Parts: sequence; structure tokens; C-alpha cells
Amino acid sequence: MNKNLILVLGAFTLFLSSMTGLVFIPQQLANNEVEQDVRVAFDISQGHKIYIREGCIYCHSQQVRPEGFGADQARGWGKASIPNDYNDLTPHVLGTMRTGPDLANIGQRQPSRDWHYLHLYNPQTVSKGSIMPPFVWLFNIVDEDARPNQKGLSLPPEYKVPGKKVLPTEEAEQLVDYLLSLDQKRPDPETNAQ
Amino acid sequence: MPKLTFQSSAERREFTDSNSRAIIITYFLSGMFWLMVGSTLAILASFKMHWPEFLGHTSWLTFGRVRPLHLNTMVYGWASLTSAGVGLWILTRVLNATIPLKKTLYAGIGAWNLGLLIGSIQILSGFSNGMEWLEIPFSSAFLIVAGLIPVALASLIMLVNKATKHLYISVYYIVAGYIWIISLLIVAYIPEYSSTVQAGMNWWYAHNALGLWFTPICLAAAYFFIPKVTGRPIYSYWLSLLGFWTLALFYNWNGFHHLIGGPVPTWATTVSISASVMMIIPVITVAVNHHLTVVGVFDRVINSPTLRFIVFGAMSYTFVSLQGSFQALRTFNETIHFTHYVIGHAHIGMYAFVTMVLFGSMYYILPRLIKWEWHSKTLIKAHFWLTALGIILYILAMQTGGIWQGIQLNNPDIPFMDIVENMLPFLQARSFAAIMLTTGHLIFAWLVIKIVWHGRTKRPKPITQMYQTGGKGYE
Repeated sequence: MNKNLILVLGAFTLFLSSMTGLVFIPQQLANNEVEQDVRVAFDISQGHKIYIREGCIYCHSQQVRPEGFGADQARGWGKASIPNDYNDLTPHVLGTMRTGPDLANIGQRQPSRDWHYLHLYNPQTVSKGSIMPPFVWLFNIVDEDARPNQKGLSLPPEYKVPGKKVLPTEEAEQLVDYLLSLDQKRPDPETNAQ
Repeated sequence: MPKLTFQSSAERREFTDSNSRAIIITYFLSGMFWLMVGSTLAILASFKMHWPEFLGHTSWLTFGRVRPLHLNTMVYGWASLTSAGVGLWILTRVLNATIPLKKTLYAGIGAWNLGLLIGSIQILSGFSNGMEWLEIPFSSAFLIVAGLIPVALASLIMLVNKATKHLYISVYYIVAGYIWIISLLIVAYIPEYSSTVQAGMNWWYAHNALGLWFTPICLAAAYFFIPKVTGRPIYSYWLSLLGFWTLALFYNWNGFHHLIGGPVPTWATTVSISASVMMIIPVITVAVNHHLTVVGVFDRVINSPTLRFIVFGAMSYTFVSLQGSFQALRTFNETIHFTHYVIGHAHIGMYAFVTMVLFGSMYYILPRLIKWEWHSKTLIKAHFWLTALGIILYILAMQTGGIWQGIQLNNPDIPFMDIVENMLPFLQARSFAAIMLTTGHLIFAWLVIKIVWHGRTKRPKPITQMYQTGGKGYE
């Protein structure tokens, strides 16, 4: 019986130790550091949900490493990321892969809404050779003369569908709202140091 | 439970095996089903990475949904269900016990498979939980936990009712593994974490899913089958205990090495890097025990399908763990972080180690439960070589490609799109490896169906000495 108890309690206690150290203590520290009330516009948080739904995190990170550690900053991907960059949106979007570039500051690096629409509709239109998949279901392909007040995407000629135009859906608008919100405007170089 | 007496240990094994036959086979067949699903998804995801238009116009088949579902079906379907079965079966042998709570266990398997099915539909239709290794939403993940809880309870009941005085090392790993995975899942599904803390929790969980769940079960299997088939005792019993407790002490602190340089507390990543390096102790300990036990009897490794797979797995464990310790170091991590190298590393762990050990375990367990030989020696060999060479190709492609990718990413003069192009041949090689592995899985599935199908008919003479320990036939 003794050995059984040592096994079960020992295994569980060691588990609790790292749970405390790596999950609960960081959460307590984060709770103590909470500054202002984070409010994110509805469209941005909806866009974050679409970003999660389409699995963007599997190819794009959102964490810029500090100066001198990798070439993140030299590539112009932004300042070293800090916890406040994420507006406390969950699930987190730190990512682990850079099959595509880091997006922590994409709103500043690529502020054109039209570019993002084209890129999401078919990445090849603006980024030849990209291996990003197209997200056509975020767009409506309608007759040229339908919805006269809405202008279709300005696709390069070889991607045009004759007699049709391509309109972003509300979801595409929200996703692009979110991407454009990823903009490290903050003026706080000191807090970048990790 | 009444204490049963037996004339011989063979008679006792006969009894426990006939008692556990149906339930263990149910775990294995469930696992095999998800292996087939996971392999299909693997091929889809792999091809999409160098051929983005491939099935690219269907939302539910987009890379960002197929890829996480591949991981979840393999991890919670194939590897977890099979691990549950392998662990319980080994406990019946080393504790001389029968499996209790069988009705609850069957209900648990039902819930578990249902959870996976609903979870799969949720991920494909866009309701992913959004964290790697934790994509299955709580609404279906709780069914998987409901399937795991009776497994842990059954193992505890067997531990208390055991007919042996001694606790063999495999028992430590299996019982601890069942307790750990349930605890991990419960902590992971608490929805109270703030964004970057959640990232830390995510990697604490994901690393422990391998380190505190699959690793213990598969080390337990290697500790059981290597001495069993070679007929030699493990090299050092004391070392095996040292290995268990140092693993329990260090492994669970490793997770933050996935976030080196990220917006998480630096002290936490430093702790994880230290713990990752400390893992050298349990790894070397286990390596000494596993590898020195087979030194000098390597012909048995060649001739036994069980040992072929398990020794391949045990060697992979040593390799992947030492590699893990070094890639946690900041200097190396600076290059390989965010690259295909890490995907390669994960597959050495989940495939070359875990999956190969589980294959090997099934090669031993099924003929003894069913009392029927494997159908074909040639097909077993084909299964072994396709999967062994397939995973070696996979790892070479991902890790050499990944290191090159990392070196290029860290050179800001190289345009990003050039790196994307340079990676294509490696991604294509990976797709070729995926086809090899899946072909191996299909062969194995056919062998499993064949042996289970014959389970109700008369036992044939052993078709070959290949499957036995020292010519003794079925024990």
C-alpha cells in the first residue's frame, strides 16, 4: 500500500508543482499587472474569431522576438512583442510557425484594405509563388451589374471571371479589420526589453 | 474480487487474457480507425503545403482546419486509445490482475469515440478551440476525458488488488500516465487564462501531453516487451526507478521552451530550458536500461516484429529527447524556432517513438489475446520498412529543410518569398514520406482486420518462429 501511495501522490504532487509554477503563478502575475480596461471593437474581435477558425495560426506567428535574437526586427516585422499587444483576445495567437511571415504588426506593414482582400481571395494575385491557400468562401462572386453601389475587387486580368465581380463578405471585412488592428503604435521602447 | 489460484503462470495468463480480450481489442480497433482518418488528413495537409489550390475552394477542407484535425485524430484517437489499451493490458500481466469496471470502460470508449467524431466535425466546420493540441472544443472534449477517467480508475483498482508484492517499473509509468493526462486536460480546459498566460499554458499542456502521457505509456511498454521478448532482465532496476522519478520531476517543467523570445516571463522560459537540459538524466537512464538489455541479442530484435518496432521506438526516444534538450538552448532555438525543424522533431516523438512502440505492442498483444498468428511475415516486414524508412525520410526532409529555413529567416537580406520557394522540395519529400507511412498503415490495418476476423475460429499452428520468445510458442 505504501508504494502505491508514494506512486500516486508523488506523481500528482510533481504535476502540481509545474502547474503552479508555469500556469497559476504567471496568471497571478498577469492579474496584478492589468492596466486599463481592454475593449476591442466588435468587428475586430469577430475578425479574430475568423482568424482562429481558418487556422491562420498554423503558418503565421504573432510574436516579434527582441533585437539581437533572430532577424525579426531587421525584417521589419515590428517591435518586440509584449503581453499588452494582444488586447487580451483569446484564444491566443502567438503561433509556432513562420511558413508565412509574422503578423504582429501587419496592420502597419500593409495598411491597404484592398491588398488584403485580394490576398485573401487568391494569394497569387498579389504574392506570386505564395503557398497560402485561397479563402474564396469569404467572398461573393456576383454578376457585374448586381449590387451597383458596391465595387468589386480590382483583380489582375488573368484572375477575372468574365461578367462577374468579387465582393468581400462581412466576414472578410471583419478579418481585415482584425488584421489592420495588428498595429504596434505604442510609443514604449523601454517595456520592450524582456 | 475473489482471489483465484492457478496451476501455472501460463494458466493464469490464459485467464487474464480471455478476460481482457474483448475490451483491449475494442481499444485497438478504435485506435486503428482514427489512424486511418489521421493518415488521410496527413496526406491532405501535406499536399496542400506545396499545392495550395488542391481542394482549396472548400472551406471545411482548408489547410488551417485539416492540419489541426490531423493532429487531434492522431493524438486523441490513434495514440491515446491505443495507449489506453496497451497500458491496461500490460497491467494485467505485471500485476496479475483482471481488468475491472469493464462496462464503464466500454461506455467510456463509446463516449471517447463520440467525442472525437463530434470534435472532428466541429474543427472542420470552423468551431475549433484555436489552441494547438487543444482544438477540440470543450463540448466534445469532455467526452474524451469521460473515456479516460474509467481507464485511470481501472488502473488504480488493479494496483490495489494486485496479486504481486513487487511493483514493476512499467506500473509506475502507466498509472502515473493515466493520472497525468486527466489532470492536464482538466487544467487545460479551464477558460480563465489571459492571452499570453494562455499561450504558456498551451505549451505547458502540449509538451506534457507527450511527456506525461505518451512517453510514460510507451516507456512502460518498452520496459515490458524488451525483457519479455529477449528473455533477459532489464539492465538495472534501480536505474529504472531513478529514470521514472527524474522524468516526473523535470519533464513537466519543459513547456515554455516553445516560447523562447516570446512575450512571456523570461524566468519561466529559463526554468523550462534548464528542465529541458535536466531531461538528459532520465533519458540517459532509460537509454542505458533499454539499449544495454538488447546488446548481444540483436538477432532477436531482427526476428521479432514486436522488438523491431519497439527497439526502433526506444532508440528514437533517446534521439528525440537528447535533440530536445539541445534545441531548447537559446542559441540553437534562435535558428530552429518557427521552422519545419520543430515539426520534424514532433514527429520523431509522436511517430518514430510513440507510434512505433504502439505498433510493436500490438504485434505482441493481439496474437496472444486472439490465439491466432499474424497472417503474413512478408506484410509485417513491409509494414516495418515502409514506416521506418518513411519516418526517416520525413525527419530528414523536415529537419534539414527546417535548419536551412531558420538560417535564411535569420538573414534579413534573403527575401521571404525566396525561403518559401526553397522549402518546396522538402515539403514535396514530406508528401512522399506521408504516402509511404500511410501505405504501411493500410498494410497494418489489413493485418489487424485479418487477425481479429479469425479470432473466433480454431487456433492454427504457429506459422513461423518469428513471433515467439526463444521458441517457447505462446507463453
